[in-house]
Amino acid sequence: MEIFQIWVLPRLNYLIYIFLMLLGLYGMLVKRNYMKKVIGLNILQTAIILFFISTAAKIGATIPIIANHEHHGSHAAVNAVQYINPLPHVLMLTAIVVAVATLGVALAMVIRIYQLFSTIEEDQVLLQLRRETLVADAKESFHD
Amino acid sequence: MIWSIELIILFLVALFGMGALAVKDLLGAAILFGAYSFLLCLLWAIMGAVDVAFTEASVGAGISTVLIVSAVLRTTRRSED
Amino acid sequence: MKRGGLVLFSIMGLLLAWGVLEFPGLGDPSSPASSHLSPYYIQHSLTDTAVPNMVTAVLADYRGYDTMFETIVIFTAAIVCIFLLRTFKPPASRYRMYRHMATGITLRIEKGGKTPDDSEHFERIDSVWVPHDLVIRTTCRMVIPFIQVFALYVIAHGHHSPGGGFQGGVILGASVVLFAVCFDLRRTIRYLGEKMCALLCALGVLIYAGTGILCMGLQSNFLDYSALAGLFGTDPVMARSHGILIVEIGVGMAVMAVMVMLYYNLASAGRHDEGL
Repeated sequence: MEIFQIWVLPRLNYLIYIFLMLLGLYGMLVKRNYMKKVIGLNILQTAIILFFISTAAKIGATIPIIANHEHHGSHAAVNAVQYINPLPHVLMLTAIVVAVATLGVALAMVIRIYQLFSTIEEDQVLLQLRRETLVADAKESFHD
Repeated sequence: MIWSIELIILFLVALFGMGALAVKDLLGAAILFGAYSFLLCLLWAIMGAVDVAFTEASVGAGISTVLIVSAVLRTTRRSED
Repeated sequence: MKRGGLVLFSIMGLLLAWGVLEFPGLGDPSSPASSHLSPYYIQHSLTDTAVPNMVTAVLADYRGYDTMFETIVIFTAAIVCIFLLRTFKPPASRYRMYRHMATGITLRIEKGGKTPDDSEHFERIDSVWVPHDLVIRTTCRMVIPFIQVFALYVIAHGHHSPGGGFQGGVILGASVVLFAVCFDLRRTIRYLGEKMCALLCALGVLIYAGTGILCMGLQSNFLDYSALAGLFGTDPVMARSHGILIVEIGVGMAVMAVMVMLYYNLASAGRHDEGL
């Protein structure tokens, strides 16, 4: 019980991030619908972004925009403890925009698969592909 | 940062994520995913990452949802699992 | 598959949770992530670049390479989307729907029929029938200009408040998408065509890379904006601030065009005739 209060409770949010990450992996690997796989991919990405942003947080600090600055040249000392770490924000800001780019490409592939197979269920697509190879093999052996 | 609100929103985020993966109607999954993104945006605003929250509000809750809904329109709405 | 996946993920989750117990607590000011590199950015970004918003300063100045290739990544995504989906073949056995403007009568014209495309009295409507909704159209007409002005504000004021090229570009693209949702895709393409979008994409990346090359031409490092001080007529610190603004404008243009292009191709499955 003591271990729970000292170790687990301050890190409870990390455990939820892990849960979200595994949820995304579950969606990508176990779900057979391609659209669900794309949503799982996005949940995985956002879980990792969430983890990065949480490493930037500081208790008692404010947002990383310097307040009350006069014109530049006034070398007022900026204390690093007062502001939240801006570096993970920068990395993850670009990661979010790349996430929407990958989402667009993934959805384009899903639409293309639907045009070719008229289904977005993975097992039915695999079934159709297997049937096609069987037919092709049979034709080849017939010609031989 | 207000820790209790953050934890409540985190549980809601996990709930909406599970909902988006569990729903059989893909249009519903798209909308749940949009709600998931918006809750994440709230979470980042609480953590003090204002730029990231702004990006997520415009990208995740705005454009991503529209893209998924338009892809659902061009494919099918039903999902087997 | 399902049960095996659950077992695998629970093992993986337990391992990750075990690793997490060694982490510093959330919001610890002396954690390793906030004690090595970030104090430099926090203390020097205002004196180096005259930009109060540290995220913008780090994004476009200290980590300029990263953002440039990020822009190229989304540019590539738009091109991949075009290559995957864009088709110029008219679909087989499709009908078209028209509305007679004066009376509101809807016509359905099968393939091979004479289509009143060039007539002033008919307007083409989507084959999934959309009612003529005056409230939505009027609201969108009123809201869209304000959204666009806000997007420009977000790009231009990113130095002093949250915002910047990525956010402003996405909002600008979202206003075009809103127009396409409440009117139709054909009218949107008439205003902002596909070629224009491709041009804006490439131009945005070109502005970014061109700024870097201009800095090289002024005998400095790639993307070192302080070399532009002579061009702007300011001191090197202020020149870095102006350089960040130019780069953000390029990013905004590229992101806006990419979002619009992704929407055009996904909503019409590459045919660019009927949208959401």
